This record gives sequence, C-alpha cells and structure tokens, in this order.
Amino acid sequence: MSSSSKPLTERIETENGLVDLAAYQRAGGYDAARRVVTSMTPEEVQDLVKDANLRGRGGAGFPTGVKWSFVPKGDAAGPGHKYLVCNADEMEPGTFKDRYLLEYDPHLLVEGMIIGAYAIQADKAYVFMRGEYHEGFRQLSRAIDDAKAQGFLGSNVFGSDFSVDLGIHRSGGRYICGEETALLNALEGKRAQPRYKPPFPPASGAWGRPTIVNNVETLCNVPGILRHGAQWFQDLGNGDDAGTKLYGVSGRVNRPGLWELPIGTSIREIIEEHAGGMQAGYQLRGLLPGGASTDFLVEQHLDLPMDYGSIQAAGSRMGTGTMILMDDSICPVAMSVNLQHFFAQESCGFCTPCREGLPWLESLLIDIEEGRGNPGDLDVLSANASYIGAPGNTFCLHATGAMEPLNSALKYFREDFEAHIERGGCPYREGSA
Amino acid sequence: MAKISVDGVEFDAKEGENLLQAVLSAQLELPYFCWHPSLGSVGACRQCAVIQYADEEDTQGRLIMACMTPVADGMRVSLEAAHARDFRASVIEWLMENHPHDCPVCEEGGECHLQDMTVMSGHTARRYRGNKRTFENQYLGPFLNHEMNRCITCYRCVRYYQDYAGGTDLQAFGSRARMYFGREEAGVLENPFSGNLVEVCPTGVFTDKPFSKTYTRKWDLQSAPSVCAGCAVGCNTIPSERYGRLKRVHNRYNGSVNGYFLCDRGRYGFGYVNDDARIHKVGVRAADGVFDVISAEEGEEKLGDIVRDGAIGIGSPRASLESNLALKVLVGEENFCTGLSSAEDALMRLILDVYECGGARIPTLAQVEEADAVLILGEDVLNTAPRVALAVRQSVRNESLEMAEQAGIPLWQEAGVRSHGRESASPLLVASLLPTELDELATHTCNGAPESLAAAGFAIAHRLNSAYAAGEELDGPTQSFVDDAAAVLSRAKRPLVISGTSLRNDGLIKAAANIAWALKAQGCDAGLLLTAAEANSCGVGMLGGGVDLDTALRAAAAGQALVVLENDVTRRADPDLVASAFSGSTAVAVLDSLENATTESASLVLPAATFAESTGTFVNYEGRAQRFFEVFAATGETAPAWRWLSKAGARAGRNDMHWQHVDQVVEAVASHPRLVGVADAAPNGGHRNAAGNRVPRAPHRYSGRTAMNAGVNIHEPKTQVDEETPLSYSMEGAMGDQPAALTSYVWSPGWNSNQSVFKFQQEVGGAMAGGDPGVRMLDAEPAQVDFAQRYRPLQTPIGAEGDGRFKLLPTHSIFGSEELSGRSQPIAERGPQAFIVLGAAEAARLQVAEGMGVRCPELDATFAVRVEESLAEGLAVVAMGLGGLGDEVPSERVTLEPDPEFVPPTTLIARG
Ligand SMILES: Cc1cc2nc3c(=O)[nH]c(=O)nc-3n(C[C@H](O)[C@H](O)[C@H](O)COP(=O)(O)O)c2cc1C
Ligand code: SF4
Ligand code: SF4
Ligand code: SF4
Ligand code: FES
Repeated sequence: MSSSSKPLTERIETENGLVDLAAYQRAGGYDAARRVVTSMTPEEVQDLVKDANLRGRGGAGFPTGVKWSFVPKGDAAGPGHKYLVCNADEMEPGTFKDRYLLEYDPHLLVEGMIIGAYAIQADKAYVFMRGEYHEGFRQLSRAIDDAKAQGFLGSNVFGSDFSVDLGIHRSGGRYICGEETALLNALEGKRAQPRYKPPFPPASGAWGRPTIVNNVETLCNVPGILRHGAQWFQDLGNGDDAGTKLYGVSGRVNRPGLWELPIGTSIREIIEEHAGGMQAGYQLRGLLPGGASTDFLVEQHLDLPMDYGSIQAAGSRMGTGTMILMDDSICPVAMSVNLQHFFAQESCGFCTPCREGLPWLESLLIDIEEGRGNPGDLDVLSANASYIGAPGNTFCLHATGAMEPLNSALKYFREDFEAHIERGGCPYREGSA
Repeated sequence: MAKISVDGVEFDAKEGENLLQAVLSAQLELPYFCWHPSLGSVGACRQCAVIQYADEEDTQGRLIMACMTPVADGMRVSLEAAHARDFRASVIEWLMENHPHDCPVCEEGGECHLQDMTVMSGHTARRYRGNKRTFENQYLGPFLNHEMNRCITCYRCVRYYQDYAGGTDLQAFGSRARMYFGREEAGVLENPFSGNLVEVCPTGVFTDKPFSKTYTRKWDLQSAPSVCAGCAVGCNTIPSERYGRLKRVHNRYNGSVNGYFLCDRGRYGFGYVNDDARIHKVGVRAADGVFDVISAEEGEEKLGDIVRDGAIGIGSPRASLESNLALKVLVGEENFCTGLSSAEDALMRLILDVYECGGARIPTLAQVEEADAVLILGEDVLNTAPRVALAVRQSVRNESLEMAEQAGIPLWQEAGVRSHGRESASPLLVASLLPTELDELATHTCNGAPESLAAAGFAIAHRLNSAYAAGEELDGPTQSFVDDAAAVLSRAKRPLVISGTSLRNDGLIKAAANIAWALKAQGCDAGLLLTAAEANSCGVGMLGGGVDLDTALRAAAAGQALVVLENDVTRRADPDLVASAFSGSTAVAVLDSLENATTESASLVLPAATFAESTGTFVNYEGRAQRFFEVFAATGETAPAWRWLSKAGARAGRNDMHWQHVDQVVEAVASHPRLVGVADAAPNGGHRNAAGNRVPRAPHRYSGRTAMNAGVNIHEPKTQVDEETPLSYSMEGAMGDQPAALTSYVWSPGWNSNQSVFKFQQEVGGAMAGGDPGVRMLDAEPAQVDFAQRYRPLQTPIGAEGDGRFKLLPTHSIFGSEELSGRSQPIAERGPQAFIVLGAAEAARLQVAEGMGVRCPELDATFAVRVEESLAEGLAVVAMGLGGLGDEVPSERVTLEPDPEFVPPTTLIARG
C-alpha cells in the first residue's frame, strides 16, 4: 500500500470496482492487522489512533481513540464479552458513503474491525447494516467468510491468542437504528428505542457489556493509521482535522457523487470542482452540509472548510459530510415538509416532544405549503421548533437533528414562509403551474 | 442528605435520589407521567421538566428532566421558571393533539392523572388543527376495558406488565405517533396481576371492566379502608360502594405489605358481596324441610336456645377475629374449633410454634423484595398467596441492582439498570409438586411429592449445619438441588425460605424452619415466610380452639348442638363425617353471608355481614393484625356475626358478652395474650383529629345524597351515623391527617387520581405517614430451645401401592380455589375447568391424554386431564375448589377411570 492521499478509495480506483481478498492483500491489506495482533499492545493501538486524531465519521466527530480508552480493561471489565459494533445503518437522507465502502472494499472494514476489536479486547464484533443494503451485505458476507478461511477472524486470529467473531445484523429498517443505543437495543432483539446515557456504551452497551459503536468510515480509517502512522494521517487533513473524508453532493449539480478528499476541503471546492458546479439555469440557495439533520448553510458559507470546527462555528454540523443542495427552483417550505415528514415518520415514538411534536410541525408546514397557513403559524412553528430542538429536551438527538434544518430554514428563508401565508399558497407552484 | 434549593427555598433531600421524587417528597407540585415509584424513571414523557442553574450567577439555567436527574448537594433548580412552565404546558399540548376530549364519557374522568396534570400545567387552548388518531380496541378478558384512543404513550403499562409483573402478552407495538399498547391479537390478558393496569395507566385506556357494568364516578363512591379477604397475605384495599352495591376494589398503599399492587383475585374477587345468593333474612327449617323466615328477635332467641345447654362452635379462617372470638366466648374454649380443617389446624399450630421459637425473621412483603436468595419449599405461592409471588419476582432483581450500583447507575434509572444487569438474577430455588409459574425465574428447580420435597428440605438444613438431622436418601437430581441450595443460601446476606400449608405436609414447614434457623445461625439475616390459606387463618390459629374440626363434627354427630360461623364445613372435612354431624346434631345454627352446602343443611340460618358491611380484624401470614372497616352499613337483618352471637349470648343469660360496639369485642380479643396487638391495629371509634373531626367515607364532592332514593321515596333519608368507628357515613370530616389505618380514599387538592397517595406517605414510596397500618404480633426473641433438635425428619415412605389406585394431592388456582372469590363472576370466568394432573406413565395406563377426561367414582367428579411427565406413579393432583372439590383431598386413595363422555370446554378465542 503506497502512502497514498486516498487511503479509503485508492484500491477501488485501481481495481475499477470490487476489491476482493486477493486484490486487498496485493495492496498490503491485513498486514497492519497482523502486526497489531501479534506485536502491539491494545494500549499502543489506542494511543496511535488518539495521536492520529481520528474523529468519528458517524456524525458527532468524537475522537475514536479516546472513546476506545473508555472501555474498562482487564478485571475492571468484569466477566463476559466485550463488543465492537460497526454502525452501517446509514439511513441519513443524502448519505451513501458507507455503502460505497461496504460494496467495493469490504476487507478494509473487516481489517479495521479486527484492529478495533483488538484495541478494546472485544471478542464479539457485529456489523449493524441497513436492511436495504443487499449488495453491501453480499460483499461483506463474502469478505468475512474469506477472512475467516484465512484465519484472520474467529479463534486465534493470525495465530495469536486473540480471538474475535464477526457477524452481520441486518436492520429491520428504521432511521433510529442508527442512533447507537437504539442500535444496541435492536441488536439485542428489543424495540429500537434509544437508551439513556449514562451509562455510555463503553461502560454498559450490548447485553450490558462494554461496547464500542463506530461508523463504517471511522473503522475504515484505522488500517491506514496503523500502517502509516499518526503523523501521516494528521498530514492528510487540511487544517485542524486529520485524515481524508468521503464527501458527497446531491442536488442539481453537474456531477452528483462521492469523493475522498482531504478533510477540511472547502464547500466551494467540493461543489464547483468535484461536483462540477450547478446545472445551467439553477442557482444555489442553500445546502444541508452533512445530511438531512444538519442546519442549512447559504451562499456566505461556501468558502468554509468542511471540517468539524468550521461548520459548527457557522451554526451547523459537518455530520456525515454528504451535502444536499437546495437550488432556486425548490420551495424551502416544501423541502421542510419533506424533511419533517421523514423525521416524524422515523421518530421511535418514545418521547413526547418528538413523537407528537414533529407530526404537528409537519401538518403545520403542509398547511402553510398548501395555502392554509395562518399568520400566527410561524410563531407556533418557531416556538415548538425551539422546544423540540434544544438538546436535552428530547430523549435522544433525533428530534434535535430534525429541528436543525427547520430552525435554520426559518432563519434563512423566512420570507418564503411569510409569502406562503400572505398569498395563501406556494409561490413556486404558482410559478410552475 | 443533600441541601438543594428549589425556587429559592432550601430543603434536605436524599443524595442521589431522582429530583422528581425528592420534589414530590417535599410536597411540592411537579407534573409527571412515565415515572412511577415502583417502576422508576425512564424519561419518556418529558413532563417533569424543570430548570437547573449551574451556580448562583447562572440566571438562564437549562432545562432538565427531574426524574432523570440525581439530587446533588448544592443543586439549584426552579419549577416555576417561565421556560420550564411553558415547556411543561407544551408537553401537555402535544399529548392533547390526539387525546380525545371524551372526559364526560370516560371512566377515568374525575380520577384521571392526565386531567390533573393538564390543569396543573396550565395548557388550556387547543392550537393543533389536525384530526385525532384512532385505534381499534381489543377484548382483553373479564377484567379490563381497552380504549386505546386515550393513550398518551407513557409506556407505564408495558413497563409494569412485562418488567414488573413478568407478563408477556401485553406489548408496545408500532412506532412514531402510532404506538399501540395491547396484545398481539384480542384475547384474555393472562398475567394474574393485570388489574393493576387500571391504576398504573394514567389515563382511561385500561379501566376496570366489572366496575363499568354499574359505573360510578370516584366522587360518588363511599369507601373505607379494608383488607383483602382473598388469601393470607392481607393486602390493604379500598373497596367502594354506592346504592348498597360494592362497586370496586382499589389498592390501598401499605409500604410494608402490598405497596402499590394487588393480585387479580383480590381486585376482582368481591362480587359475592352483591350476589343473589346472599342471605338477607333469618331462616328456620320447618318440619317439611323448607326454611321459614322468622324475625331477627326470634332468630336471636333461637340461637340463644341452641347454645344455652352447650354447643360446639366452629369458627372460620375467613371470618373476623371479633366474630370468632364471640363464638369462642359463647361456646367456651373447650367447645370451640378454629374452623380450619383438622389437617390445616395442626399445621397452623406448627407454624405458630415455629414463629414463637423466634429463630428467624418473618419478612414483610417489602422485605421479600429485598431478599438476595429465595428458596420456595413446596408452596405454589402464585396460586396460594399471589402477592408473595410478585414480591419474589422483584427479589430476583437484587443481583442486577447490585451490579448497577457498582457501575454507578442510579437504581431508579430503570432502563439502565435492566439493560446493564439483564443476565444477572439473584438465586431463586423452587422445589414444588408440579412446575410453577415462578420456575421461569428460578435458577434451580426440583419437583417431587411433598414427602420428598420435605426430605430435600431437611437435607438442605443438614448440609448447612450437620446438627440438623438429614432425612431419607435422595435421588440424584434432588440431591444436586440440595447441594446447590445449601451453597447458594449460605452465600446470601438476606436469604429467605418460603413454605406453607397448602400441600398439608408438616415436614415441609419443619424443614423450612430448620433451613432458616441453620442459616440464621451462620450469622445472616435469614427470613422465614410460612403462608396459610385464608385471610384470617393465622388469626384463628392464634385465637386457638379446644377441639379440632373432625372432633367437633364427631361431637355433633353424637348429638351436640352445633354453631357454624361463616364456614362451609363441607369444604374442610370428610363428607361422611359432615353428613353424620348434620344429621346427628340436635340443632345446626349457621351464620353466613352466602348460601352454601352448609347453610343448606342448617336448622337455623342467620345472615352475616361480609367484610364490606362489617368492621373487624384479620391477621395475615406475618402475624400482622389489620383492621377492615365497614364500607357501608349492613341492611335489613344482616349483621356482623359477632353481633348475632353476642345477642344470642344475652338471650341465653350470659352477662359476659353484652357487646354493643365492635371496640368492645376488639378489647375482648386483645385480652388474649397472643392478640394484645389487635387493640392497636387501628384507632378505636372515639378517635378524632385535632379539630375534632371524623374521617369521611365519602369524598368532598359526593353528590346526589338527597336524591339518591328519590325513585323509591322522595323523603331525604337521614344521614347514617356510624356509632362504632372513627369514620363517618358522609363527606363530613377531614381527610389528610388521619392515621394510615383510617385512610378511606386518597385524594388531595389538584390530585384527584390515586397518584395522590404520595401526599399520604412519609416520603414517596416509603411508609405511610404515621407508620404503615397493622401491628405485628409474632415477632419473638429467640427462645431457649434446641433449634437443631426441635423438628426431626419423619420417615414416611412414599410411592405407589401397586393396586392401581391413586393418592390425591392438592394443587391450587389463583382463580377458583378460594371459596368466596371463586363465586365472583369475573374470577369464575378466569378459573380453569376442574382438572387432574397425572404422570405420563399413569396417563398411558389409563389410556388418557392431555385434554381428555377421567372420572373419580369416590368423589363423583370428572376432571380434565393434564399430564406432567415428572409426577410419580400412584399420585394424582387435583385443583382445590374446582369441580365440587373443597379445600381438602380425601385421605384414602381413590380409583380413576377414563370418561368417554367428557366434553372439553370450547376455548374462547375472542369476545368483543
Ligand atoms: C437519529 C440518529 C441517527 C444516526 N444514524 C447513524 C447512522 O446511520 N450511522 C452512523 O454511523 N451513525 C449514526 N448516528 C450516530 C451514532 O449514534 C454514533 O454517534 C456513531 O455511530 C458513532 O460512531 P463514530 O464515533 O465512529 O462516529 C446517528 C445518530 C442519531 C441521533
Ligand atoms: S427524540 Fe424521543 S421519540 Fe424521537 S427518536 Fe429520540 S427517543 Fe425517540
Ligand atoms: S395505555 Fe396507558 S399506561 Fe399504557 S402507554 Fe398508554 S397511557 Fe400509558
Ligand atoms: S395476594 Fe391475597 S391478599 Fe393480596 S390481593 Fe391477592 S388475594 Fe388479596
Ligand atoms: S416523568 Fe420525567 S420524563 Fe416522564
């Protein structure tokens, strides 16, 4: 494996598609895992990942090595299993980065999980996979079988005393299953409703045992770090964050897609250079930088680097790094209806503000969009959105995420909402009708 | 203790307790839904939001859920901050989007926690413009109505039903704003504690089905503190009446006994009070065998005549101590029998002997929940003392509570505790005749005939301490159960041994005592719980009699006059013996409330009041004397039995029993050295609060009193005056500062539902203000006895005799085995068809299989067959109280034959 600038996707490009075991090993695959398991201590692995400043790619950006270090060691863990769970639920609208890795380079994830499991001394590992990911399931299953046949998984991995089983759980299909504690409940066969934290999963996760949940892309970054070192990984990023990031763009651009770029690449560069800019005749009005559950950004933010800190400072979140663009042909109210329909439908039903509040907001937005809005509705919308959206007011961050695009739409596109109410209908529809 | 400041007022709260509970314990008002003192916090409803400030400088604060926040010293919070109030009003507004505004036709109305919280939160105007969601409701059996449209999705029902009570057939279905709480398909809710859903659900989804047949608003109900008559546990209840009809039974909180929950036998087993078969008049048998109605005075006179020259008195474990005492005084100790069957009487004496040795603690139900290892020896508690089984179910959580504590998870953080410790259960060892429902929680089980279970028990005691003699040789599986039990119990800090009388085997009780004593000697805090069958079995046992039932009946057969108190003796003695007693006795006077086989054979019948129309005392399994009060006055000639007996005594020229007043009888009971505590079980009739008020039976909003009888007579009836108790038959008086034994209903300003009970507790979920009701009378210091030598195993070989006949053994059903509740319609509906359990080999020999029928000619009875692999040859187990059986199995072995005519009952799948 050359010390490339695209450690996540270079093999896929070389192979022009699926990277099978032979191709993966040709490129140096599993060397890192073998070395880790046979010659490093778990603490050394954790420290290296900490030093590399790898942050979770599932949305929250929590430092991965630090998270791993929360898993109790030795006797402190008590008797029983420890678990590493890969979050491959990826139901965030507009997001398809994990899918790409699963379908084309599944061994990268397997190797990342062997190293991760070793680092926390987990003997059980699961990939919790979105139910609709049929191809990803096929490829990852094969990869796991192949790795097992080589002795890379199961008992005495690489001939060491370390053993870990890896299995796939296919999700029944709810967005909330991607929230790590709801995921654990679903994995245990319970209702997919989140758990209260604390206790956090590293202390008490799957079946009450120490558990780490990491995103697919997070784990796929691990083999490279172990292979090329912390400094190499740090150097890959632009600015404060380290490594590369899979960035995606959907919307009316010339080349919607997914690219592995240095983390911290500017939004403008991603849209204009990699996605080929807006299609002719369309103007960009706003964008959701990291999936549906992040706040809108607008024109003035285009030169911001897509990294955790900069996007947060601008009032949004980098989230999954896969952006959804809203051009000037799209009605912000209609888009809000669409988004809130999704979030209301995907509410797990556990806590009141989300379960009952989101459908109300959705119906209010529909009223406004369809010309039945009242002058007071925007106040009701914003008051509810702020009650529902404040972190901690709801049981989990689903509703918080749901309110991010709504609160920011009310901020940046307020005149559209007002126009709907004043005119008793949607100006965009009138225009196209 | 931690000092916390709430809206500027400082008070002490328990460090680490959840803030909601602390705030409520301080008697402040904060709305909530999903939290429940016995079910902990889960943070689902978001109704308990308050503002927490970081420090003195912080003026903004942040919104937190009180129920999910541990109390910490120096904590500063506000319930009143505008942001918190607005958020709480919003939560109600969200819930009200879909909640139907059907309060006027909702049976929860007037005692609805959702109504109360809505008013408290200040949400008044509806802004949501959409439609309300609707669901289909389900038929759930005879106990509960289901009205899902009213659901506010607080998750309490499933958390209670599944997590607390262990039910599996009520579930949370669906997701988002279409959560559904019900069964997979319509059908009977199976868990025998399902009725608590009525009180657990904060709205009108689960309501009391028998109650709705003749529904009355809470504010129109007249209620009194009472004690369940369903078994020996003595759960505290609040039965309620209107128009002379007992309408429903609710839980009455007692922190040491039943806490927040009853079993379904207790909640739904009162229907006999309203039964058509109630005896209302005095009847005397004429020459032609038919009863003539005579006046009360004539009845007293006749009873006086019968006892004048001496009579045998048969008491009753289902009658009050007061009535039993009156009979005992009337006939004299040497002629009085407790009314327990001879077999059970002997066991009751044994239990009292065990307890009086003082070798181990007698646990309250609250302490059962705290046990860290439980051994059940022979007693099928779910079916004989149901509430004990629910407490045992909580005890197996102790291991996981300990784990949670070590992991720093607060014990009230219910979901966290459950998911963290899910694979860890405290040991539960069940040794039983047949597999029991608790086996699913058991770490170790063993089945066998009573004698072998007793032998196992003696062996456990022997393993713990070789000074205790071992019994017979044991088979392999039993021996390994014994080894495990000894190991597990001796590791425990608070081990508990449970046994009882239901298998009519003294070895079980002796072995249980030996085990508990041996454990206690090892230095741990061992408990010993011995259950009896009925609400006052322990009470009559302590009162004691000079003769046992069989001897009493023989004396009657020889020509003695007989007075039977609230006892269908045909259930408790050999039918031939009973028949000869009835025919040989010069006169058989029976005092009872319901017609039964004994009243049918009487020469004189006197109408006795039930628990609902009389005041008296029951003593539960722990020796706790508890007073129940008249809910409504007996009408017509019906009177508490003690009153009949006292009047008859007067007619017979006795001057030592001129009792006008129940307190005088209580005093007479308390003169018995064992029963001194009875006097303090509740305040006497003279009790008034500081302002001179009685405690009202009717709430302050009681309506229609002046018009209640207008359909019969437009003259307003005079308000009844209660001459005997501190309770009034009206809304006059004061509710709130009474001793807990007098709490006739729970209600507090702004808190119309049963949630208001915290206003009557010392702290939320703790003891009632002024102490939990009841006086324990069997706590004893260890006696100077040689514990190890007191009870030695008997050598009673068991096994088939090889003549093809069967020894019958008893089993019990929570629904149907107990006499009076079994005659209440909803309970009868849930009761199983009379059944017999056979071992696989015997079933094969009789050529019958599960669901087929067998006949027993000796009993003249037919049973549905159940097959239980493990049951030994020559044994058959029959369910007591069903299919014409009483409380005893015949001692002689019987024959069984297949019954080709037998028709199995059609199974009811669903009824709308
Ligand atoms: C509603 C909701 C949905 C989520 N969905 C996903 C998901 O599909 N995939 C994912 O990796 N993380 C998802 N997350 C974040 C996870 O809870 C968790 O933070 C993440 O898997 C941790 O992995 P990381 O540390 O590697 O980023 C979701 C969070 C929320 C609140
Ligand atoms: S915010 Fe509440 S209802 Fe919504 S998904 Fe999270 S826990 Fe479920
Ligand atoms: S049925 Fe009642 S207890 Fe169950 S969730 Fe609904 S409101 Fe709560
Ligand atoms: S356990 Fe016994 S005393 Fe308690 S409610 Fe049930 S029948 Fe009544
Ligand atoms: S009572 Fe606190 S969230 Fe429900």
